[in-house]
Amino acid sequence: MRTLYKFHGGVHPPGNKTPSTQQPISAAPLPAKLIVPFRQHAGEAAKPVVQVGDHVLKGQLIGEPVGFVSSAVHAPTSGTITVIDMQPVAHPSGLPDLCATLIPDGKDEWFLREASDYRTLPAEELRHRLRMAGIVGLGGAVFPSDIKLRPLRNHPNKEIGTLILNGAECEPWITCDDMLMRERAAGIVQGAEMLRSMLEAKEVLIGIEDNKPEAIAAMHRAVADGGLPFEVVTVPTVYPGGGAKQLIRVLTGLEVPSGKLPTDIGVQCFNVATVYSAWRAIAHGEPLVSRVVTVTGNVRRPGNYEALIGTPLSELIALGEPLPDTDSHIMGGPMMGMPLPSTSVPLVKASNCIIAAAKKLFPAPPPALPCIRCTRCAQVCPAELQPMDLFWFAQSKNFGQAQAFSLFDCIECGACSYVCPSHIPLVQYFRFAKSEIRMREQDKLAADRARERHEYREFRIEREKREKAERLAAKEKAAQAAKPVEPPAVAINPDATPETTAQMKIQAAIEHAKEQAAAIKPKNTENLSAEQLAEIAEIEARRARMREMAKSDVEPPKE
Amino acid sequence: MAAFFSPFISKPDTVAQIMFRVMLALLPGIALYVWYFGPAILVSIALASITALATEAAMLKLRDRPVAPFLKDNSALLTGWLLALSIPPLAPWWLIVVGTAFCIVVAKHLYGGLGNNPFNPAMIGFAVLIVSFPVPMTHWLTPHGLGQIELSFLEQLRYIFIGSLPPGVTLDAITMATPLDTLKTHLHLDEPVKQIFDMPIYGRLAGQGSEMVSWGFLAGGLYLIAARIISWHIPVAYLGALFATAGLFHLADPAHYVTPLFHWFSGAAMLGAFFILTDPVTGPTTNKGKLIFAAGAGLLTYLIRAFGGFPDGTAFATLLMNICVPLIVLYTQPKVFGKKSGGER
Ligand code: SF4
Ligand code: SF4
Repeated sequence: MRTLYKFHGGVHPPGNKTPSTQQPISAAPLPAKLIVPFRQHAGEAAKPVVQVGDHVLKGQLIGEPVGFVSSAVHAPTSGTITVIDMQPVAHPSGLPDLCATLIPDGKDEWFLREASDYRTLPAEELRHRLRMAGIVGLGGAVFPSDIKLRPLRNHPNKEIGTLILNGAECEPWITCDDMLMRERAAGIVQGAEMLRSMLEAKEVLIGIEDNKPEAIAAMHRAVADGGLPFEVVTVPTVYPGGGAKQLIRVLTGLEVPSGKLPTDIGVQCFNVATVYSAWRAIAHGEPLVSRVVTVTGNVRRPGNYEALIGTPLSELIALGEPLPDTDSHIMGGPMMGMPLPSTSVPLVKASNCIIAAAKKLFPAPPPALPCIRCTRCAQVCPAELQPMDLFWFAQSKNFGQAQAFSLFDCIECGACSYVCPSHIPLVQYFRFAKSEIRMREQDKLAADRARERHEYREFRIEREKREKAERLAAKEKAAQAAKPVEPPAVAINPDATPETTAQMKIQAAIEHAKEQAAAIKPKNTENLSAEQLAEIAEIEARRARMREMAKSDVEPPKE
Repeated sequence: MAAFFSPFISKPDTVAQIMFRVMLALLPGIALYVWYFGPAILVSIALASITALATEAAMLKLRDRPVAPFLKDNSALLTGWLLALSIPPLAPWWLIVVGTAFCIVVAKHLYGGLGNNPFNPAMIGFAVLIVSFPVPMTHWLTPHGLGQIELSFLEQLRYIFIGSLPPGVTLDAITMATPLDTLKTHLHLDEPVKQIFDMPIYGRLAGQGSEMVSWGFLAGGLYLIAARIISWHIPVAYLGALFATAGLFHLADPAHYVTPLFHWFSGAAMLGAFFILTDPVTGPTTNKGKLIFAAGAGLLTYLIRAFGGFPDGTAFATLLMNICVPLIVLYTQPKVFGKKSGGER
């Protein structure tokens, strides 16, 4: 038996997982129209490589990755691209994004699929294929997986190197990973072996919360069948035990240092659904064109569906037969999900769950009272922060202090808000503060750049003046030289000197600007990972709403 | 319609519920109070409750805050109850009214209302009363069976509201100084502890009756810990520090320094340990900070009782430690996940 470790805090919200696990995963019917966003992953949006009117096949590339952190997007079925334009998508900002609209031809005809044996391919090629297959984290972060698959070499724990499969699924209501593990354990386990070899990891741990006995049994069987030395570890059910850093802590006792990545301590963590789709991509040549999504909440037939990316959510919700008092919808779980502005938005790679909401299931919180410093929030915070202090700083817009008290270590799990007896939307304040700090830093960066440009321009004008003077002097000299007089006492090099000083000056100006930037730059944000950056980008959009909320608060912030 | 942002669910706990359960935990102590000293305390509690609610509502109105949600949070009621339990029950009605009003108006609302007051409001009220009206603050009821005369409840009511005693009865005949006070006076007269304890007002551990009330508060306090409304840190550190200091003096000179248990079961020690120092608003938020805060209060309580100008020290110790809270919190910040030295396996 493996020794399990504890992480601080955590909460035990009602799971509500049973209703959606009563029937196997079923395929959602082919919709009449698919809307495929080009940005479904963290990082740069994919660049469209098809045109309106093109006929495409299922799995054909329609958007290619641009830049390092990016991923590909594919046609989810065969059909015709009818429109490429801005469409509403499920994004916290509520802003539309570039999407391709595809009208299926009903044949669901595959583009060529190249099945390969990963053992015959070099790791570099595998990473490229995963990128081109659009494999991203399906737990919700949608970070491109290929980037996370460099060998676990440069870390102090290199003899070990641990690959962790995250099957914890700690959020209430969501069961897509549970069902996937029950039904497709073999693919997950084989995919894990593939990823393990890419990472050159020595051990593989599969963490599953103890509220999923069927999934645990299925995974055990698959590991045994595959004859692999993987360990399926049952972990206690506690929210947010499925957070990567929390699961790593529970399974290995290691703490991912603040601002660092798991790889820095020789661990890498993948969601089970991601592993499965990575396996499909290499072993079957199928890019990521569908995913399993839980449809649950205020519905008559909760369940899990394998649905094509781009399927309008309204069609999926309809499969669950929502009850008449359904009044809103949540994408994701009730702890970290987001409200859907409309159900016409398409299913994306990040969508793991759609919850039909009604007042009886998700009552509006009572009006917030002031913080009574009861420390319940601190007792449950998995990041071991002092949310009541952060709240105080965020509310009084004292962002510097908030950062000094480790605001950026907050994983936005919402556990603090969940327990607060004053019903203060703490995590919302933290999102607001983070985005505000990011904004200010961007502004400052822009200002720095502008100053650099300005200084350079000043310098150029200066240089031109001087060069003109030099030329004049040279001319005069030439004129004088024409006359029979003594040669000049000192030989000067009229070309090189100004140019060299110029370069030195530019260098100095840039150095100076950099130094200043470094000096003023607040701590705690320089080490942000691309994942965090993406996260923060999302947050930014919520600011307006947040401001409004702050206004309507019972106790207005003191200035 | 669910909320606009996650989390969309929350624990059903509310501030009102927490305060209510604290008041519930006071009931065993109050019941024993009534048993040993008669129902006059219920009159003080009622007066305090009415005053607390009325002043709270008035202040909320004045400060332009929504009255209903705040009035329902039970925090004003609790403050009133704690003050009522700290002062003599047989006191003129205006004493508790003035005290409670001061708690709510000055100590709570002038500092910004719920969650913002740096000092424990009930203890501020107590301090103001003992400084401004020292005489009525020393007339404590004699427990049943000890006084020469016992007033009926009606007669007590008459005294509280119109200040008249039955003919021939003096206030001194029906009241007494607290056991702590008596001890102090007699120690000043150089009487040894043993001899003082032979007086009828002393029971097994401390004062007759009042020691039993302390047991009641201890029981309620243990319930609060069991129900996870308070953590163990403050009571343990407070009672521990009080015990340790009292024990040290007692060991050194048992003739002049009473047992640590006497200190535990006298005055407001138990009430302070579980109900007053544990006020979340005015206490520290870190666990280490709670230990320091409460240990400091325990030490100060002893020093004030043994060497200070007042018989009991819990109130002033609380207020003095309240001042230190921001500093304590600043220096006891816990390490954040991922920022600890131990990143090793
Ligand atoms: S849980 Fe709420 S009321 Fe309690 S300390 Fe935290 S923010 Fe304040
Ligand atoms: S949302 Fe942030 S502050 Fe709140 S419990 Fe989670 S990590 Fe801690």
